[in-house]
Amino acid sequence: MTVADLLSILPQTILEGLLLGFVYAMVALGYTMVYGVLGLINFAHSEVFMIGAVIGLEVFRFWGNPEAPVISNPFLLLLAAIMVAMTGSGIVAVLIERLAYRPLRRRGTKNILVPMITAIGVSFLLQDLTRIYAALRHNEFNMQYRTYDALNAVFMLPMQTTIQVKGIVLIAVSILMLIGLTYLVNRTKLGKAIRAVSQDMQTAALMGINADTIISRTFLIGGALGGVAGVLFGLLYTNVTPYSGVLPGLKAFIAAVLGGIGNIPGAMVGGLVLGQLETLSGTYLPFLTNGNFGTEYKDVFAFLTLVLLLLFRPQGLFGQNVSEKV
Amino acid sequence: MKRFATIALGVLALGVASAQPNVIKIASVSPLSGPQSGLGTAIAQGAQIAIEDAQARFQQLGFQLQFAPQDDQATPDVGVAVARRIVNDADLLGIVGHLNSGVAIAASEIYKDTNLVMVSPANTNPRVTDRGLLNVNRICGRDDIQGPVGAEYAVRVLRRSRLFVVHDKTPYGQGLAEAFAARARELGANVVALVGTEEASNFQPLILQMRALRPDLVYYGGIYDKGGVLVKQMRERGITATFMGGDGLDASDLVKIAGSASKGVLFTTTAGPISTLPRAAAFAQRYKAKFGRDAEAYAVYAFDAANVILTAIEASIRANNGRKPTREQVARAVREVRMDGLTGRIEFDSKGDRKLSDYYIISLREARYPGEVLRVIQFAPPAARQ
Repeated sequence: MTVADLLSILPQTILEGLLLGFVYAMVALGYTMVYGVLGLINFAHSEVFMIGAVIGLEVFRFWGNPEAPVISNPFLLLLAAIMVAMTGSGIVAVLIERLAYRPLRRRGTKNILVPMITAIGVSFLLQDLTRIYAALRHNEFNMQYRTYDALNAVFMLPMQTTIQVKGIVLIAVSILMLIGLTYLVNRTKLGKAIRAVSQDMQTAALMGINADTIISRTFLIGGALGGVAGVLFGLLYTNVTPYSGVLPGLKAFIAAVLGGIGNIPGAMVGGLVLGQLETLSGTYLPFLTNGNFGTEYKDVFAFLTLVLLLLFRPQGLFGQNVSEKV
Repeated sequence: MKRFATIALGVLALGVASAQPNVIKIASVSPLSGPQSGLGTAIAQGAQIAIEDAQARFQQLGFQLQFAPQDDQATPDVGVAVARRIVNDADLLGIVGHLNSGVAIAASEIYKDTNLVMVSPANTNPRVTDRGLLNVNRICGRDDIQGPVGAEYAVRVLRRSRLFVVHDKTPYGQGLAEAFAARARELGANVVALVGTEEASNFQPLILQMRALRPDLVYYGGIYDKGGVLVKQMRERGITATFMGGDGLDASDLVKIAGSASKGVLFTTTAGPISTLPRAAAFAQRYKAKFGRDAEAYAVYAFDAANVILTAIEASIRANNGRKPTREQVARAVREVRMDGLTGRIEFDSKGDRKLSDYYIISLREARYPGEVLRVIQFAPPAARQ
């Protein structure tokens, strides 16, 4: 193993980290937006992400069924899967808010632990509902994305780096989504209302903003982004299970904290940074430590870096140190 | 639906803890839900057929024979919880299971307190029997032979010299991978990596390492649910090294998960395909008619494992003048069993290992399960060979 060998895979490693990072970034936005408006860590968001992956998979199975395809072009099929998953995951997220969090809010629960525990409960519920669905519908636990030659075709890039068409699609769709969201939040009336509610819900209400509607819309947007991320994740790594959301969801949450929770550009950057940290450490740790620390330490290393960063910058990369309003 | 009904009945039956003088229960414990349920369900169903066959025989002896399939979810802590629950049922006289060595080793520590006998169709880790427990037996082979058999084939026959070894960090996967790597090193091959990972979906870091290390063979110690995803992602990223593994890959779901990437996958297993077992043809037909799917190789082993227990119970009922035997009597009787099962001659040595086991090398040449048998080798377990 020479230094030249190690360097030869560096561009590819960074590219793989980028793909993973975009997935984390899109999921992280769901956490950070909900935290922005409600101050709640919505742990059920990882399941919204997983449900997006399952919905996308079903679109591929139904409309892309090789015997009688409704849509035979894989790119159109992917577009359809993304649209349906966006809608489906968005609706699931709205329903979670409507059925679980809003009643608690109405009751005027002051203890912030109550909605958080509820979120964890909802998360388990959704996992098991998906498990039941997968067992009844497919009689299996591991669900596979269909593979298409057109999406799996490989492009050669400089420096011995390769990328599949689906990797390019992932990057393109993610960038589109991130730009779209930034535009929506900063340039539209809805975005202004979301920012107002996240600054101060009561004052926003006094200004004639219906906070409940805005919260609902926030869940819709976050859920839709999670759904897109789910489809792209499933397409990239091909295997989806009812528990597929747990680890990526947790890491996306950490990415949101890393970027400064509540901060939208922070979540994007946090996701990209975490994707790089994880892939770089997973790939290089065994080489750099002479095999003493294997790939299994990639999460440990990534989270250790995170702990160190938060020690020196507790508000995260982009977060402002907001003093408590009195 | 019928399966759910049976399982529900089994659970209900075990819920009633009070002993009934004329009821004898056999449980199967294997993953019936979760990522490894495909193989786990096959084990429960193989055992179910054996028990239903024996019900009339036990009726004549004056006993009602019941089957109670249990779900260990392929997780040691669930396996131990199930074990604690079922040992309390006094009517339960034998266990067919588990699928995973890590679960079996943990759960058998509970069974041993009451000498509840366990006959495993699939646990290949050496420590399962090397602890010398009276109640633990297996009718499959061992990883300290299976791993080296795979290594000899990879190095001597396939002439592979740069080996990348991955395992799933379970006692089964790690034990197998280490046994493979050790023998491969003895044979002069270069083991370029020996890594463990619990990852289930994103194997890119490993694949990047393969790009740098350029192995000509990747060995996976683990189960098909992760191994299938790994080989699929490898092929998508242009890694063409031969993919090899152990009996954890011996499942039809591997082909479902990996699709065309399963083409050319090699694995060693201690359970031969049903087509190579002349006596198992009728069983395979009945299994398909009853459950609507093809029998996995380990379903036949579960059938034999259940029959070992049933034979031992019958022998101890006779020795006991027609009265219900104790668990210890059954456990001792299992070690005395000499029978011809569907998988061949079954006899146990003093540790509970089968005296002679078959080791198969199988290739999924056409990306179809079951694959093509390349070699069959018979080995005795280590202690019996001395």
